[in-house]
Amino acid sequence: MTKKIKISINGVSVEIEPGTTILDAALQAGVIIPTLCYHKDLCVAGNCRVCVIEVAGQKRLAVACATPCEEGMEILTNSLKVRNSRKHIIELLLSEHNADCTRCYKNGNCELQYLASEFKIMTQDFIQLAPLKKYTIDMFSPSIVKDDSKCIRCQRCVRTCVELQGVNALTVAHKGDHMKITTFFEKAMSDVVCTNCGQCINHCPTGALVEKNYIEEVWDAIADKTKHVIVQTAPAVRVGLGEELGFEPGTRVTGKMVAALKRLGFDAVMDTDFTADLTIMEEGTELLTRLKKVLVDHDPEVKLPMATSCSPGWIKYIEHMFPNYLDHLSTCKSPQQMFGALAKTYYAKARNLDPDKIVSVSIMPCTAKKFEAARPEMHDSGYRDVDYVLTTRELAIMIKQAGIDFMKLEDMHYDRLMGESTGAGVIFGATGGVMEAALRTAYELVTGREVPFENLNIAPVRGMEGVKEASIIIENPLKEWAFLEGVELKCAVAHGLVNAGKVMEAIRSGQASYHFIEFMACPGGCLGGGGQPIPTSPEIRRKRAEAIYAEDAGMPIRKSHQNPEIIKIYKDFLDHPNSEKSHHLLHTHYTSRERF
Amino acid sequence: MPGIKLSEKTIGIIQQVCSDFRNEGSELINVLHQTQGKLGYLPAEVQEVIAKELNISVAKVYGVVTFYSFFTMIPMGEHPISICMGTACYVRGSEQVLAEFKRQLSIEVGQSTPDNKFSLNCLRCVGACGLAPVVMVGDRVYGRVSPQMVKNIISEYKEGCVSEAKSA
Repeated sequence: MTKKIKISINGVSVEIEPGTTILDAALQAGVIIPTLCYHKDLCVAGNCRVCVIEVAGQKRLAVACATPCEEGMEILTNSLKVRNSRKHIIELLLSEHNADCTRCYKNGNCELQYLASEFKIMTQDFIQLAPLKKYTIDMFSPSIVKDDSKCIRCQRCVRTCVELQGVNALTVAHKGDHMKITTFFEKAMSDVVCTNCGQCINHCPTGALVEKNYIEEVWDAIADKTKHVIVQTAPAVRVGLGEELGFEPGTRVTGKMVAALKRLGFDAVMDTDFTADLTIMEEGTELLTRLKKVLVDHDPEVKLPMATSCSPGWIKYIEHMFPNYLDHLSTCKSPQQMFGALAKTYYAKARNLDPDKIVSVSIMPCTAKKFEAARPEMHDSGYRDVDYVLTTRELAIMIKQAGIDFMKLEDMHYDRLMGESTGAGVIFGATGGVMEAALRTAYELVTGREVPFENLNIAPVRGMEGVKEASIIIENPLKEWAFLEGVELKCAVAHGLVNAGKVMEAIRSGQASYHFIEFMACPGGCLGGGGQPIPTSPEIRRKRAEAIYAEDAGMPIRKSHQNPEIIKIYKDFLDHPNSEKSHHLLHTHYTSRERF
Repeated sequence: MPGIKLSEKTIGIIQQVCSDFRNEGSELINVLHQTQGKLGYLPAEVQEVIAKELNISVAKVYGVVTFYSFFTMIPMGEHPISICMGTACYVRGSEQVLAEFKRQLSIEVGQSTPDNKFSLNCLRCVGACGLAPVVMVGDRVYGRVSPQMVKNIISEYKEGCVSEAKSA
């Protein structure tokens, strides 16, 4: 064990591990130092200077986030010098920021605004540069709005795009007072390699990067008496929404959310978990078919490993970065799009509704879903399958606008037909969840027995490790799957696109021999999605994951193929998994895109 | 940015430079330096080829190109003129010198003359503050430049004979 070092913070002496930054040491000692460019998910940049502190004997102030503690350091975080400097630094940041707070989408959830409020910046001692400059507002993307006038160049978005996602759509360009956060040749976000994952939004401290919101459009649809507005909610929303409405991270608010949606005036409240279960049926069948074609028929056209296709950020990533590997993707649409296609066909027919009058809304932890819904091929119902996609944050805004006292709501249940789900559908919201759900069903389909894991919990694919691996040896399969006898089914799970990239490189170089891989664009899976409440941190992701698995454990049915509404839809409408009808409505194709 | 289609030959030149630096992303600055030396400037299409060869993002290449004033994304004249706008040069009148260059050549900063003989740019400090204000034409440095000297400096290059005596 390394010897601890002794320092003092504001006169209180503390012992800490060597190498600890002053920021972390202060936190351990119960002293909060304000930060801005610092984020727990990202490398230290030390460029905003908000966390300046004084070290006795040193003339210059140091930045707490980037300075390691040394033996005997006497640190002052609240001296007159520190306070004055910090205030000036915040004032300078504000002088270059379009502080039109009351008209800002981030009003009330802006870290710069918090700092200005905390330090009571009430004067303008510096020349206001923001109004003197020309700024671009990029609104071309269906997912992301980038307003450079709000940008303070902390570079959290750039670090996110590079370190967490390996996408590198954003960069720091030019220098001095011309320096800005932009794309290649300042193109629109919709014209570059951006995957619309929205992690930049989730990490932006100000209103420079926000989701394109469709709140008013949805209010209009609800108010239109000629429309039937149906809403679906993704698995991860129920473990995130509470954070926006006064609950602690990790609180499950499924029943309250359903109640709130009904109060908002949606005509039917359904669950994306239902189509998550449907995805398992379709994707599981596709996997087994592919295995047969490769292992028995030796069909060179059929590719393994098969990759999941639920995450639209991941889809756009592979389309840009590995366009030669698109035939490895499952042809299954994401649960959102399966739901959309069914809402205007199966649901419309069952409820005797004119599909033209149905407005299909989805609540997603995701901004890439907005892009996905707008893809030209997503019209298999004969209409746009999903009309509007709202993030968890947008739903919270609507709930607040409607004056609903969320905490006091009585739990309610989803409507029937496409509202029943299983534990397998719920865990889609966590990294490894699709894999776990798929294995629960596929193993049982092939062997007639439950997966050989305690309580159906496939622990190796759970947790926050960037790339996880698991394998199951298939023994004593049913007669029709006899060719799988003794086959070791090798699986991998990657979340965060930087990890997805690593797995894809391993496949390209021939080092990986997986059969099935789950890819999720966002760290932690959908529960850490770009549309989830801000802030999201490693700790908050862990709590949301715990909530997801608790939700699963509490479900009476935990395997997709046992969902009674799934059994019903195959009986009444789709015939069987991968039928002609499912291929038409539930499967899709992909587009090769440029990286350079 | 007008779209330029690069010739096979130009692409070959860029690929050669990249392979001279083992196609390593960490050699980006060297690759850009050499490529600009061979092609004169670094437009979007050139940056795209470099990104592809080094397997790095185009946004990163763009970030580096725009950071260093040495790199240019527009074609330079045969004799690129750079006026230092650093603090020392500025306070000693480089702005008036720049104005005179603009007037004499009838071009703005960042442009080239129609015959492509001269282009005009500003830079920040060449490390010769004692000679402020400083002007560079190609690799040559002119010190203590006054607006009155501008005409003579230009004419040196117009006639194609460079007088050694006048350069600092």
